[in-house]
Order: sequence, then structure tokens, then C-alpha cells
Amino acid sequence: MAESAGHAAVDVASAMVTAPIAPLDAIIVAPTLITLLFGAVLLMARKRPETQAPLGIAGLLLLTAATAGILARVVTGGPLTMTMGSWLPPFGITFAVDVLGASFALVSSVVALVVGVFASRGLRRVESRYGFYPFLLLMMAGVCNAFLTGDIFNLYVWFEVMLIASFGLIVLGNSKEQLDGAVRYAVLNLLAAAFFLTATGYLYGALGTLNMAEIAIKLREGVPGMPVNTITALYILGFGMKAAAFPVAFWLPASYHTPSPSAGAVFAGLLTKVGAYALLRTLIMLMPSEEALYDTFLTAIAIGTMLLGSLGAMGHSDFRRILGYLVISGIGVILAGLAIGTAEGLAGGIFYAFHSMIVMSALYLASGLIGQLGGSQDLRKLGGLYGASPLLAGLTLTLVFSVSALPPFSGFWAKILVTEAAMVDGRWWLAGIVLGTGLLNALASGRAFTQIFWRGGPSGTPDGAEKSVPGEIPGEDRAVLFGSLAALTLMSLVIGLWPSPLMRLAEAGAAGLLDPTLYIRAVFGGAS
Amino acid sequence: MEGPLALLVGCFFASAIYLMLSDSLIRILLGVTILANAVNLLIFTAGRIVKEVPPIIPEDAMVPPIATANPLPQALILTAIVISFSFFAFLLVLVFRTYQGLGTDKTGKMHMAEEPGDPVPPRGY
Amino acid sequence: MSTVIFRAIAPYLTALMVLFSVFVLLRGHNNPGGGFIGGLIAASAFAIYGIAYGVPPVRRALRFHPMGIAGFGLVVATLAGVPSLIGGKPFLTALWAYPKIFGMEVAISTATFFDIGVYLVVLGTITSVALSLEERER
Repeated sequence: MAESAGHAAVDVASAMVTAPIAPLDAIIVAPTLITLLFGAVLLMARKRPETQAPLGIAGLLLLTAATAGILARVVTGGPLTMTMGSWLPPFGITFAVDVLGASFALVSSVVALVVGVFASRGLRRVESRYGFYPFLLLMMAGVCNAFLTGDIFNLYVWFEVMLIASFGLIVLGNSKEQLDGAVRYAVLNLLAAAFFLTATGYLYGALGTLNMAEIAIKLREGVPGMPVNTITALYILGFGMKAAAFPVAFWLPASYHTPSPSAGAVFAGLLTKVGAYALLRTLIMLMPSEEALYDTFLTAIAIGTMLLGSLGAMGHSDFRRILGYLVISGIGVILAGLAIGTAEGLAGGIFYAFHSMIVMSALYLASGLIGQLGGSQDLRKLGGLYGASPLLAGLTLTLVFSVSALPPFSGFWAKILVTEAAMVDGRWWLAGIVLGTGLLNALASGRAFTQIFWRGGPSGTPDGAEKSVPGEIPGEDRAVLFGSLAALTLMSLVIGLWPSPLMRLAEAGAAGLLDPTLYIRAVFGGAS
Repeated sequence: MEGPLALLVGCFFASAIYLMLSDSLIRILLGVTILANAVNLLIFTAGRIVKEVPPIIPEDAMVPPIATANPLPQALILTAIVISFSFFAFLLVLVFRTYQGLGTDKTGKMHMAEEPGDPVPPRGY
Repeated sequence: MSTVIFRAIAPYLTALMVLFSVFVLLRGHNNPGGGFIGGLIAASAFAIYGIAYGVPPVRRALRFHPMGIAGFGLVVATLAGVPSLIGGKPFLTALWAYPKIFGMEVAISTATFFDIGVYLVVLGTITSVALSLEERER
């Protein structure tokens, strides 16, 4: 690199990328740049609350455009990579994005954008002053880059970026309930990250590399004497904890109902899905032989997760905690797709992840409006909100149908794929549980809907009694709040009516996981 | 050298888990910190222990003149230390505020987010 | 904590530590040191000042809110990766320049600016945490 006199020249071509990169390929770092720069500028502008929402929404809009650009580029031109600092892979940290990563990034940034718009009116003033938007942007830096990176240690780093920003979001407002929830959330997620890092340490010790493409090559060739069982088990434990899978899911319903609805919406929509994405990436792409070995185990986890989520949703009285359990139930369906492991099963799981991101975020936003109108989240104290806002009732009913995977909404097609894959694979009982928990979810969310909107007043009061609505949504906020909720609801409906584009993306993502040849060639071929 | 270090990693993990099983938030916090150090030491050991010089290139050279230790595990550990340190700082503030807000540092007595004796949803309308 | 001896010596100690932190930061490019450790030293300097004189004087002395400093550092560190993109090289590639300042060749690289950014981020966040802990003790 040194051209100046006095420094001996060395041949750098054996260690560094020398060919110039195409200008358009630079779009792969655009999400990193946008989220970090906007997050940092918003942090500096904390004292000016009036700049927060416009700047934050502008940043999220740019992020959505950038991820859409990456997806368009990846769909037409195959996986896109860049290795930071010009070091040749596997020496440098590689960003490598295939259809799976790009579509996850796009859906998550769309969800974050809508929630960002909602939050511009939905937040209490103290929260916007203490930095909802900076933390949201920094959290999106973690989320998006986790989807884009091609280096497993770098994935850990982005996980932690996401985590520390989400800590900031969960304690915003500083109520006692939030502190309590934040402690549970923080300690257990740190523990999960420690398991992830332990597994990565073993993996590095055994293979001497952290580059996902090279790990995939080496593990397909087989490494004698490698503790691959231990590593897989630790990854399943660590990512399973992040994704809120069955035996390690209890932190989620204990904490996700405490932050503001806007923060809850991004948490429920995005964070657990990053864990699910990491499971897909490590188990299917990096360690395919181990996935077959852990097949039964993963199936058991998936069944446990689905049942826990659905039964938990049946047994709770707080609307937002019910939603927390519904998130878990959705994770179970994604894990079922993962456990089946065929192209169709994986595509179903990935499709369900997209659906769950959109619908769960929308339900949390709806819970925010319900809380504002009804003054509570408790099913025992709510009632008669249909009279207060038929529009909210309609949107919530649509979302209830969608989360129960009824046609013609987005969840239906994903569940069809997973169920069919399970039947083809000869696991009719798994298909039965997927459908059965769908019924339980319909019961739980439908009962919540009828108790919140249809009955006259809370339990104890005579039915049909005039219900005075304690809260009100100011007229100037209505357009933004209902508009953003309606946008997510419409997305679910449109995906349900016209599923083929997203389904093609999910299928391409699953195919890329099962056969990473293109991914590997992009990482190593692009450099030479 | 790997043997004793592996044993030490085991001791670290054991004491971290023991501390995290405790009821007191401060002990859990200490457990999390020891766990982070256990993982760091594990990466260090997994990255092979050698008797080479540190990977620092002398001023008048562009490449190291003799074999050096592998710098990558050290870079990984440094990153992990930075992350665990910032988490420790955050958790310390969080636990302190929780202690002030809830008046207790016993996890068994923290019931703000989850009411004890979970209320069941209404059975009818 | 704030004895006479400590209060008398704290300003000098703080000044020395901040100076040393900058030295460590700049030394870090070719020798042990760097932005992270430099930022930690500077943050502990402000923490010492805070223990001796209380938090408000530290906030006044810093002029900017610590989180604002951290944000600025993040901007600097992120932008340090951009020039290489413009030159058609991958993100974060170190670019070097060797301008002569007072007849002495000084090696400046984008990596130095990245390190300065890290320094400011660490300084800002750790000072912010330390100050908020000190505030609550009183």
C-alpha cells in the first residue's frame, strides 16, 4: 500500500483485493452506512425533539430503498459480496448477501419504516426526547447487517449491536414494570449471546476460519475429530434462546409487553426472526449433516414451541402478553419448517417468518391503540371498543384472521407450505400440530377480539351496558396512527391474495441455503 | 498448556453458572461477567497457544521477520471484551436503577412485569 | 470520597490522563494502544473529576452531552470507511497520505480517523454511564 519512499514494497496481490469494485456493488454497505450515520446524527440531535421523527423516518426510508436495491440486484445477478478493507476472503470480514438475507433485510426495514411512522405520533413525548429514533436506527443497523454479513463472528457483533440498542428501547420511559422486564430480557439475551460466542470459539478452534463460505466448504468436506456435535448443540441453544424456542422462551412473554407499543412492535416483529434466520443459516447452510442428525430434536423443539405459544396465548388475560405467546407460536412454525429441512419446508418457514414480521408488528401497534382507547391491556377491564372505533375493530379483526393463518391472509400460504412439506416427508403428526395450534391461535386471538371489541362492557358489568371509553385518540394523530396500522394490515392482505412474488423469494432463499455453491463462488470467485 | 487452561475455562463456567443461579441480581451480574471471561479464555485456548513473539511488525519492515503468534484470536477476544465490558456497564446501571425503583435486588421478589398468581382471562362476556 | 488531597490533585490528574489518552490513541497505529483503550483512559479521567467535584462540573467542562460525543465519534468512524468506496476499493480500505509538515513526513491514514471515531464513541458512552452512576450515588 505504501507508495512513499523509505518503505519497502511488498507484493500485496496475494493478500489483498486489487481489482476495483463495480460502483453499483457498493450498495451492499449502504444499509450499514445509512443506519449508523442516521443513528449517530439522531443521537447528537437528542436535544431537538422536533428533528427526531423526520430524520428517523428519512433514514428508514433510505434504508428501505437500499435493501430493495440490494434485493433487486441479488435476484437478477446472484449473491453479492464485498470484503472489508480490501483483504482477500477469508482474511477480511466479508459481507455476502443472497436472496434469503436480502429479502429478510427488506421485510424488516419495511416493518421498521411503518413502525417509525407510527411512532412519530404514537410516542409519549418523554420517549421521543430520550431517543426512540436513535435506538431504532442503531437496532436496525444490527438487524440488517446480521442479515447481510458473511462472517460468523461479525454476525455475533451485529447481534450485540442489535441487543444493546434494544436495551435502550426497552427501558425508554423508565417505569418499574419496564425495569423489571428489561432485567429479564437483558440477562437472558446476554446468556444466549455467550452460548453463540462459545460455539463460535470452538468452530474457530476446529476450522481456523470464521468466513461462512469457507466454513460451508470445510464442513462439507468433513473435518476429522471436530466437536461438531457440541458446536451444533450450542448454536441451537444460543439462537434458539434468541428466537424464543420452546424450553428457553420464557423471557419473551415476561418482557415484551413492558416497552411502548412502538418498541414492542419492532421487538416482536424483528428480533426473534433474526435468531430464526441465524438458525437457518448455521444449521442448513453451514452444517447440513448435523441438521439431519438433529432432525428429531428440532422437531420436538418446534412442537414444544408451537404448543407453548398457543396454550400460553389461551391462558393469559393481558392482550400484549397474549401477543407475546403468539410470537412464540409463530417461531414454532418457522422451526417446524427448519426441522423438516426439505426445500418446501424451508420455503414455508421463511415465508412464515416474513408473514410473522408484518403481522406481529401490526398487532403490537393495534395493542397500542387499544391501550390508548380502552386505558388498559387487560381483557377483564376492556370492552365495547367497537363503538369507539369501528376502524380499529376492523383492522384488528383482519390481523386476528391473519395470525390464525386463515385464508385469504398471508399466514395461510406459509402454513400450507409447511403442512404440505410435513405430509410429503411422512410426518402427518407434525402437520396436525401445525394446523391444531393454528386453531388454538384462532381461539385465543378471536376471544381477545370479542372481549375487547364486541361485548358491551368489562366482566362484572351487565352485557350491552353503555361503555364509556376512557381514552381518546386526538384527531390530528388519527391519520398517521391508523394509516400505518392499515398499511401493515393491507400488506398482509395483499401477500395473501397475491403470494407468488414473496413465495418465489422464499423458495429462492431456501434453494440458496440448501445449495450454497453460488454463495461460495461469489465470495471466493469475486476476489480473484 | 492447553490442559490447565481448559480446566480453568471449566472452573470459570462452573462459577459463572453457580452465580447466575442465585437469587440476587448482583451475583447474577457477576456471573454474567465471569461467563464472558470464560468464553474469552476459551477462544484464546481454542486459537492455539504457542511460544511465539507477539504479532507486531518492526518499524523498518512490512512483514513480520519471524513467525509470530496468531493475532486473530486476540482480535476476537478484544472485540468480545469490548462488547462484554459495555454490556457490564449497561447492566450495572440497569440493576442499580431496578434496585432503586423496585426496592429489592432479589429476583424472587420482582413481580412488576408478571403479576403473581396469573389472572385468568374472563370465561364469558 | 472527596478529601482535600483528592480535590486538590484531581484537576491535574484529569488533565494528565486526558493528555495520556490522546498519546495512547495516536501511538496505537503501529504500537500497542489505540482508540478503545485511549477512550477508556479519558473516560476514567472524567470519572475521577466527577468523583472529586460532582457531576455538574464535569458536564459543564465537557460542553457537549456525552452521548452527543459518542454520536459524533460514530459519524467519524463510519465516514472513515467511505473515501475508499469513492476510489473503487472495498469499504474501510485504509488509504494513506504522506504530507510533509514542518519538513517531517507524517503518515496519515483513514484508519487513524476510524480510531479517533472509536476513541470518541468509547469516551462518550463510558463517561455517560459513569456520570449517571455517580449522579445516583448522591
